[in-house]
Amino acid sequence: MTAIAPPITQPMSINSPLRRRLRRFTAVSGMTMLALLVVSAFLLPLLFMVTTSFKDKNQLTALGAPWYPAVPETMVFQGEEYPLYTVPLPDGTTRSLALYKPGRESSVWLDPANPEGGTIDWVGRWRALNPAYKVELYTDNFVTAWKALDFPKLLFNTLVIAGLGTVGAVSSAICVAYGFSRFRFPGRNGLFLLLLSTIILPLQVTLIPTFAVFAALGWTGTWLPLIVPYFFGNAYNVFLLRQYFLTIPRELDEAAMLDGAGPFRILRSVIIPQAKAAIVAVCLFHFFWAWNEFYLPLIYLQGNQSAEPLSTAIARFNGVYSQEPTLIQAAAIMAMIIPVAVFFLAQRAFMRGIVFSGVEK
Amino acid sequence: MTAASGSAAGPTIVELQGPRSSRFSLATRESLAGFLYISPWIIGLLLFTLAPMIASFVMSFTNFDPRSPGETQFIGLANYERMFRGILGQPGGDPLIGSSLFITVRFAAILIPVTLGFALAVAMLVNSTLLAGRNIFRTLFYMPMQIPIVASTLIWIGMLNASTGWFNKILSSVGVGGPDWLNSVAWVAPSLTIMGLWGIGNMMLIFLAGLQGIPTELYDAVKVDGAGRFSTFRHITLPMLSPVLFYNVIITLIGTFQYFTQAYIIGNGHGDPAGATNFFNFHLYREGWAFYDMGYASSLAWLLFAIVLVLTIGLFKSAGSWVYEAGGDR
Repeated sequence: MTAIAPPITQPMSINSPLRRRLRRFTAVSGMTMLALLVVSAFLLPLLFMVTTSFKDKNQLTALGAPWYPAVPETMVFQGEEYPLYTVPLPDGTTRSLALYKPGRESSVWLDPANPEGGTIDWVGRWRALNPAYKVELYTDNFVTAWKALDFPKLLFNTLVIAGLGTVGAVSSAICVAYGFSRFRFPGRNGLFLLLLSTIILPLQVTLIPTFAVFAALGWTGTWLPLIVPYFFGNAYNVFLLRQYFLTIPRELDEAAMLDGAGPFRILRSVIIPQAKAAIVAVCLFHFFWAWNEFYLPLIYLQGNQSAEPLSTAIARFNGVYSQEPTLIQAAAIMAMIIPVAVFFLAQRAFMRGIVFSGVEK
Repeated sequence: MTAASGSAAGPTIVELQGPRSSRFSLATRESLAGFLYISPWIIGLLLFTLAPMIASFVMSFTNFDPRSPGETQFIGLANYERMFRGILGQPGGDPLIGSSLFITVRFAAILIPVTLGFALAVAMLVNSTLLAGRNIFRTLFYMPMQIPIVASTLIWIGMLNASTGWFNKILSSVGVGGPDWLNSVAWVAPSLTIMGLWGIGNMMLIFLAGLQGIPTELYDAVKVDGAGRFSTFRHITLPMLSPVLFYNVIITLIGTFQYFTQAYIIGNGHGDPAGATNFFNFHLYREGWAFYDMGYASSLAWLLFAIVLVLTIGLFKSAGSWVYEAGGDR
């Protein structure tokens, strides 16, 4: 390396590049190790979820069972099945041996690698030994949960509710944010403050009359109360888009205006293409929020389980199967897999959007 | 700015001077277009916010039951009397409201400092120039936010299970006997606080933005003065972060008073164990949708609103003494 050459001619000091680089390397690896440790502990429940969902439920209570999905190992010899145990041998090593002839104080074992090679005598109580386990993914939990939940139907319900709600939330927010960011009209600032103040209004204050009206309209038990209200602009989304629209140079609007474009044309061909990154963010925001939502489906779909989304259906599933953690963890994976996958995929799109806008400005 | 928009700016200004003769009609047309574009929100505000607010206020003086709306009667202040007698522990009051408020306030008092502290620590960790792969760590610390709350609650129910969960297995491997977390009246709030650590994602990102906004000259200046790490944190980082800290406190506070899903699932819809998950918002839900006493539930909703409003205003009033504002002398 070329960088190492110069220090040789200089006296070694505390500030020599090599030392400095070494010190920095130590600091970076120390900090990164610390972060790895913290993030591993932080995400440990995910490992718990995955391993539990692939376990047979008997493994949860079995003594000496490993933390990963596994089954007690057996060996077939001359048409008979023999269980394998982890046996400590007199020479200090341990081996997996098949219990051929169990006895109280001493037993006869077979070597699973070479059963024809004769038996091994071992003195000790075999009942005190741990069975030998081998890794095995038990996938029946997913099959059972899939069927019990009617998962494809739940997925369809959730996608329709979240998808149509997102269409409504995004289109209305674009419209309202465009109005607030590009037009001067009397009372604009007051109305915008009013919009922002609705953020701290708890949902519960308006929920009961809204529920009563939807019930009177016959909308309870349908998806309409979970979709229609989002077509009227939500304060968070409007705020985010308005702030973004304000950063788009007005010269672009004016250039389009000179070409004879009206306000809607400008929105469609100037503002929306320029604000793609923010619009994608609002889409994801509402989609995740709707996928997650529990309170509203709980009250509006109380009487109609066939219209339920994943959230409330999985909560009910938990009530029924609370004694079977393996099934519950499989259901949890099924409920989270799509939002988490979308998050990791969209993460890249986000980064690209940020990089692009950074390069252009 | 792009080259295209820059060159477009020139002729635009010149040519716009021309057709400005009918200025009044242009301004009116602009106003009309503006109102047209914000009209979805205005209609929504009237239909889904203002009208229901008035209706909910009126309802709080009635015995409205959605199963028999025709028999609704005005009952004066009876709902509020029941509420306040309950809070004061007097006979004839709601027997559960006092405990539900206490449970909620106590939870807020634990959850807010713990999650804020953790979020700030994580933000400082993933902001450190000494950390390799910072973006990966940011993504991983944010990720649990994207797990639906129902799913994450189920994961934690499994994790905290006294006999089969890993939490107690890890504790017992170091010789500590863990409690029966979610089934114990004393331990359910700490359990929910541990679960709350998975919700730091947004707070962390806001802290991160705040940390990145602190001018590095400030750090250089105190370094020259020979300030230690703690003193730098205490006298530079914390004051400079106080606006985002303030924002996070308000958002978390409002959220805690509306805490519901975890309480519903862990309490099996009954506030188990022994009413320890009877959070205020859950209590409201039960009055409205389990007992169908929607008149009383409306009065509870207004109490919730009043509490949130008072706390928010109180925090804003106190902000002057602890929130640093750049250019606050003006």
